[in-house]
Amino acid sequence: MKKNLLLTAFFAMLLSFVSQAQDINILLQKAKAKIETVKDYQAQGRMKTNVAFLKVPVATVSVFYKKPNRLKVKSEKGISFIPKGAVSINMSGILGNINFTVLDAGTDKINGTVVRIAKLLPTDDNSDIVLSTLYIDEASSLILKAKTTTRENGTYELEMTYGKYAAYSLPDKIIFSFNTKDYKLPKGVTFDFDDGVAPPAADKSKNKKGRAEITFSSYVINKGVADALFN
Amino acid sequence: MWNLLQIELYKISRRSRTYIAFAAITAIVLIFQLAFKADGTAYLDFMSQDVMDTFQFDKSKAINGYFMCYIILNTLLVQVPILIALVAGDAISGEANMGTLRLILTKPVSRTQLILVKFFASVIFTIMLLLWMAVTALFFSMLIFGVDDMLIFRSKGDVSQILQITKDDVLWRYLCAFLYATVALTVIASLALLLSVFAENSIGPIIATVCIVIVCTIISNINVPIVDKYAKPYLFTSYLVGWKGFFYIASTEDGETIKGSMENWPAVRNSLLTLLGYIAVFLSAAIISFRKKDILS
Repeated sequence: MKKNLLLTAFFAMLLSFVSQAQDINILLQKAKAKIETVKDYQAQGRMKTNVAFLKVPVATVSVFYKKPNRLKVKSEKGISFIPKGAVSINMSGILGNINFTVLDAGTDKINGTVVRIAKLLPTDDNSDIVLSTLYIDEASSLILKAKTTTRENGTYELEMTYGKYAAYSLPDKIIFSFNTKDYKLPKGVTFDFDDGVAPPAADKSKNKKGRAEITFSSYVINKGVADALFN
Repeated sequence: MWNLLQIELYKISRRSRTYIAFAAITAIVLIFQLAFKADGTAYLDFMSQDVMDTFQFDKSKAINGYFMCYIILNTLLVQVPILIALVAGDAISGEANMGTLRLILTKPVSRTQLILVKFFASVIFTIMLLLWMAVTALFFSMLIFGVDDMLIFRSKGDVSQILQITKDDVLWRYLCAFLYATVALTVIASLALLLSVFAENSIGPIIATVCIVIVCTIISNINVPIVDKYAKPYLFTSYLVGWKGFFYIASTEDGETIKGSMENWPAVRNSLLTLLGYIAVFLSAAIISFRKKDILS
């Protein structure tokens, strides 16, 4: 009798685990399907960059996207420092191009919203992406946060806030965090003015993290984007 | 006084050495412009090598007229004191060498007036030289390279920074920088004039001025704490590059630059006042020395 009870409990647990694994796959497919409704888009936004060694104004940028994974961030006027990993600003960059194994990593909360955590392990050993962790809002099938670890460029983190364009899974605001290297000017190339104020003590950990925040004002979706814009 | 100044300016304009300075500046500016037109991105690659790993930016936009002028001024304002010394160092000693000093002083002109006239003539020469620099380094560069946002590569202690100034926020900074440079170079002119009082030929004061500027510049940039603390604040060469302060734009805690701002205006203002103090000291010393001097030539 006791043996039967233990066996039943074991199978119940196994069944629950399997069904949960299926759930996360279904949820991921739903999120992916939503993303795939967008063939191309053109968006206008304002980018604010926060990196220890960069003192730059807020830039007006245009973002162009075309399936399968062509993305270009262009500054409307002036010079803009665009983070190189900005290509992963579009989730199809993560979901669309690679085969991966999905692991259910439970739930978490982002700004009060309960999210499911999916860990994506690429099946291709040579893929630049080592691991992606997605935080998906189950109710809306929207990815609210993504962490991507790459071989070459460290870890990127994306936080997305949705509004008017949530139906297309396009965020109104993206916060993009990335690793930066220390910036050192070659010695002796500048005769700088010493104003007598000591520079603030460098916070080593802070210096290694950069952040770019893009607030989108408008999207033009599925109206065609010229290939020349990506050159 | 005005007639004397006109005569002095006429004398400066008739000397061929006056035009050496203008020719040297033109040559240096042209070489810079040609080099950057041909391969300016290599310079940007060198300056931003660590940044390029993380960021991409349009380097062709970054090499523009404003950026070029800053690079040229950065190099030239170290050399221009030598060119100023060529004229100011000759002011009194040149007359002594030619034997015309006694002749001038037989006229109803006070020694103080004569020194002041020589000083103002040197200042006018300095202004003309800086105007020429503004025309060649700034306006010619704007014509050749166009205008866009300006990038400043800066070292502050162990910290390196890249500052970006929007193109509509640059010209006033250049105007202030050139005005500051006028004051800074006037210090050199007054020093050369002071040394000129003690010499019977032009070579001595010119070389002495150049040597003082070189030695003090090296000490100002030596970056040894004890020198920084006890010597640097008292050397006028520490303040010559204060014009750069107009380009050090202030930013918010998030690193967003604030249009129309300066990071440390009090430091620039104090540097400017220090330089004016040096001018007053050198000029007063020149007047006092000249009034007491036995004119034998």
